[in-house]
Amino acid sequence: MQALPPAVTFPAAAPAAAGKPVIRFIEVGLSYGQRRILEGIDLDIWRGEFVSIVGPSGCGKTTLLRLIAGLARKDEGQVFYNGADVREPSPDVAVVFQDYSKALLPWRTASGNVALALEAMNVPRKEWADRIGSLLDLMGLFKDRDKLPGQMSGGMQQRLQIARCLAQEPKVLLMDEPFGALDAITRQSLQDEVLRIVAERKVTAFFVTHDLEEAIYLGDRVVGMAANPGRIAKSFVVDLPKPRDQLTTREHPRFLAMRHDLFSFIKHG
Amino acid sequence: MRANQPVIAPSRMSQGFDPRNLVLPVVVFAIAEVLALAYVPADSFSLAAPHDVAVELVRHLADGTLMLATAQTLGAALSGLGLGGGLGLVFGVVLGLSPAADRLMSVTVETLRPIPPAALIPLSLLVYGFGLRMELAIIAFTTMWPVLVLTRAAIRETEPGLIEVARVLRLSAWRTATRIVLPGAVPRIFVAFRLAAAISLVVAVTVEVVANPRGLGYGMMLAAQSLHPAISFAFLVWIAIVGWCFNWSLVWLERQFFARRGAE
Repeated sequence: MQALPPAVTFPAAAPAAAGKPVIRFIEVGLSYGQRRILEGIDLDIWRGEFVSIVGPSGCGKTTLLRLIAGLARKDEGQVFYNGADVREPSPDVAVVFQDYSKALLPWRTASGNVALALEAMNVPRKEWADRIGSLLDLMGLFKDRDKLPGQMSGGMQQRLQIARCLAQEPKVLLMDEPFGALDAITRQSLQDEVLRIVAERKVTAFFVTHDLEEAIYLGDRVVGMAANPGRIAKSFVVDLPKPRDQLTTREHPRFLAMRHDLFSFIKHG
Repeated sequence: MRANQPVIAPSRMSQGFDPRNLVLPVVVFAIAEVLALAYVPADSFSLAAPHDVAVELVRHLADGTLMLATAQTLGAALSGLGLGGGLGLVFGVVLGLSPAADRLMSVTVETLRPIPPAALIPLSLLVYGFGLRMELAIIAFTTMWPVLVLTRAAIRETEPGLIEVARVLRLSAWRTATRIVLPGAVPRIFVAFRLAAAISLVVAVTVEVVANPRGLGYGMMLAAQSLHPAISFAFLVWIAIVGWCFNWSLVWLERQFFARRGAE
């Protein structure tokens, strides 16, 4: 049995950035009947931070995301966004849903799907064409602007969903296993696109995934959850150099050490 | 392929015409002709040879009788469908969107819906007398229910994922209904209308046969009562042709519609 690399230590939490956290969970708990979904969740997320949430199925990581989005209820504790209790969806917060086929309007073209968000934000109609064009261009979908979701690949549909989220000009981007249904190559290119967009737009990102490497690759911080009841069991800062790169980052000794650590945490708790 | 779109079975008519489909009708027609020549006297009051039926069909087409009757029947069917389908659509949307309204109305709907259209004939006759209006009222009443029920179901079964998108985008109730719920229900509403259209023709002819002195049903009934089986059969054949064309145009409309929407 080989010993773990002992020299590696991980800071437990992000260095407290200036000001207050953007998102703050205080002692949040939730039950469905007898089943305890979340218990004692305390989590602060700072402006511009990219937080990856990993954990086994049923550990409540998606519920955590839905609480920030204002889509789920809680039994105990508080969830704050910018210091205010979250009671309903905020215009600042966009959600990339896991199942793109159920999150896009199948009868609207790519442009039409982005337009839905612009309409929701009450953007004047004369600005739509420009905004839709630049968003689709950003996501590499400009030439597909007149295609229906059913005529697009899974990767393109998820790009389109991200484009629609960006049309909201969100300050917080919540992503619920957005690349889970995509093939490895598509997934890697979308990972890099998300990193680029989040950095360019200085968006705070909350990324739920069950892919441990993806969590480390993307995150400034990785939060590991355990199930029954869902709770935060691990949290560490990813001090890998930026910009991240699919080859060198994934071969970085720190990456491998964190990966090792996270795998054994998920396996053994 | 989009998994969340209701799949509508492709129409048989889209598969092109196969001449082999004519074999059975031609054989039946020939046997009927032979049997009629052998056993049915030319002045029979109950049956007619196919060639006599064909002669009467051409004659009644030529003198305009059939065209007038067809216009009356189709006019009643379509205007009844417009009225009944329109009401069904409005009620279906309201009941689909509002669970409270649906609870309030469910007993009423489930009580009225199973009333057979023929049972309304005496009442409608009493209220409106003979003519277009009594027929239209019965067709409207009958076609309203399938449109109402299917529209209500289509709206209730809106993809929950899309409702969540609407919530995250903070769409108003009006926009959620008009941008997401209704467009999503359109394909199934279209199917409901196609179903109701077929019913409207059936009910129109039934009402004409039973009570109303106008249209194709009445023409067929009158010929039978005045002991002209060939004319009665000619009307029947013509009703079948009209019904086939009617359904074909509905399928055609539906296909135009989905082609425009880009469904494959």
